Amino acid sequence: MARAPQTLFDKVWQRHEVCPESAATPAVLYVDVHLIHEVTSPQAFALLRERGLNVRRAARTLATMDHSTPTRTAQVFGGTPIAIDAAARQVHELEENCARYGIELLGLTHGQRGIVHVIGPELGLTQPGKTIVCGDSHTSTHGALGALAFGIGSTEVAHVLATQCLLQRKPRRLAVNVSGPLGAGVTAKDLILAIIARLGIAGGTGHVIEYRGATIDALDMEERMTVCNMSIEAGARAGMIAPDETTFAYLAGRPRAPAGEAWERALASWRELCTDPGASFDREVAMDAAAIEPMITYGTNPGMVIPIGGQIPQRPGDAVFARALEYMGLNAGEPIKDHPVNVVFIGSCTNSRLSDLRSAAALLRGRRIARGLTMLVVPGSQQVKRAAEAEGLDRVFLEAGAEWRESGCSMCLGMNGDVVGRGQYAISTSNRNFEGRQGAGARTLLASPLTAAASAVRGRVTDPRELS
Amino acid sequence: MEAFTRLTSRTVVLPAANIDTDQIIPARFLTTTTRTGLGERLFADWRYDEQGARRPDFVLNQQAAAGCRILVAGRNFGCGSSREHAAWALVDHGFRAVISTEIADIFRNNALKNGLLPLIVMEPTAAWLLAHPGVEVTIDVEQGTLTLPRGETVGFPLEPFARHCLLEGVDGLGFLLSRTAEIDDFERRT
Repeated sequence: MARAPQTLFDKVWQRHEVCPESAATPAVLYVDVHLIHEVTSPQAFALLRERGLNVRRAARTLATMDHSTPTRTAQVFGGTPIAIDAAARQVHELEENCARYGIELLGLTHGQRGIVHVIGPELGLTQPGKTIVCGDSHTSTHGALGALAFGIGSTEVAHVLATQCLLQRKPRRLAVNVSGPLGAGVTAKDLILAIIARLGIAGGTGHVIEYRGATIDALDMEERMTVCNMSIEAGARAGMIAPDETTFAYLAGRPRAPAGEAWERALASWRELCTDPGASFDREVAMDAAAIEPMITYGTNPGMVIPIGGQIPQRPGDAVFARALEYMGLNAGEPIKDHPVNVVFIGSCTNSRLSDLRSAAALLRGRRIARGLTMLVVPGSQQVKRAAEAEGLDRVFLEAGAEWRESGCSMCLGMNGDVVGRGQYAISTSNRNFEGRQGAGARTLLASPLTAAASAVRGRVTDPRELS
Repeated sequence: MEAFTRLTSRTVVLPAANIDTDQIIPARFLTTTTRTGLGERLFADWRYDEQGARRPDFVLNQQAAAGCRILVAGRNFGCGSSREHAAWALVDHGFRAVISTEIADIFRNNALKNGLLPLIVMEPTAAWLLAHPGVEVTIDVEQGTLTLPRGETVGFPLEPFARHCLLEGVDGLGFLLSRTAEIDDFERRT
């Protein structure tokens, strides 16, 4: 009998079911790759110790440090102590835990260290069909390669350490079908912001998104990572894209990807990972990419987003909306374009890869950032940093007046010394514009690296198409 | 962790929709390496001013909120990051349940691992609770019911395993460990 058509998600899920779900119990799902970092793992290791448990498969966990680590070279490589004591303790505790349990650590000075969601794909560890979890909600990024990847809490980190498994109810499936070409100056970041605007920030709750269609097929791997990264901003724990030749070409030759005969076997298995014709989704949404403009947020969640030439909407009687605009110091009905900007941040697991840095540098080459503006460029990994430096991108940023830092989460979440000041406006290529996200009282405008770079030049919110 | 069978408490109301985990516990407090002591930091940027003094107009700083163990919030509570610190901070402050029409997935999972009940109600019940802060309600986990002060009882959905974990005061790790033979077998097969 012919097998019922399955979605990409169904196939990956089925391959990892240790025990299927029943009415009384969730499924026991096997985890292929477990990524840990210094902020959400200490309590998980403590839980192991409290219960007298060991790590079941240490080789399936990879540790790095990114969230609370400094980005100033002196504190990373120069022997200057980490300025934040508590962050230094987290770094030290991760080193101790990894040594004690035999877990591989790409530590502070390691040449392959970086933001956990940048290094997974970069090392070739993230592969199609794998289940990947991490104590970080942007684990959805890895779905760009056709993995089922999602964020978990620290107790679940302990569950994975102890059993290599998680208890999971099967989520629903949501297809986001995108067709049409992206216009000039419109990037993958603008695409995902437009998708979030369409779905709403809770629109994906309870679902795994599969991004499909000709527009998605045409994206390169780093663009796909940007899209899948922000699935959680639409409420979905995971976003996936079926692996194809673009995926295979990206992975070929990466240090932790299979090689030789194992590569051929892997390829054969990966080629089966597409949604079958006739497979059904619980919900489908269609988007026209050609209609998407460069997007920018104006409020305090990623769904509060408009085309850069648009006006901030009016919602009379909506007290929460009014409060968000009050926090942002912006007015309903006014344009966002030309609003003054104090800080520009290019970085984070959303937009810190080589292609992101190239696109920002292309706009900044031969230009200077506006007087009085602070601009931070933070590569997603040490490998990205070296590759950018090999192309001279660091010179472009430095000559434009920006700062060039060591890799890490940096200003995305303001817990490592890189913060936006109270009341200041930051155009940020990161993923969250929540109140205080980049520092207490900071006002975040999320946008693409192109829009961020263009706005840095003018010191005002700028449509990148006016400068290129 | 403490088993959760039945709870009667007054409510604290935060009517805002989309209260994200950065509001529940700002990232700068995530440099801790323990699970305790975060209650003082709960909703820190709403609760304290720039000098660290309590803002008298914030509900958790008011006398009426003392001892309340149930938080009622606008839709999509707990969206954003996976930080379990959000659940730890709520529990450390004394909350045992969050009532909303919609609760974000990762927060919901984290809450359940810590004996904090994510309780979903329909819009009319939520609207009534939001409009009547401080009322005394009773949650019965066994029955899956919420009893309002006017005597009305509404059911709430609770996944059976989540109910089991709350009633037993466990986080599911014991169940996973009981499946070790199946996990061994899976690893041999794949």
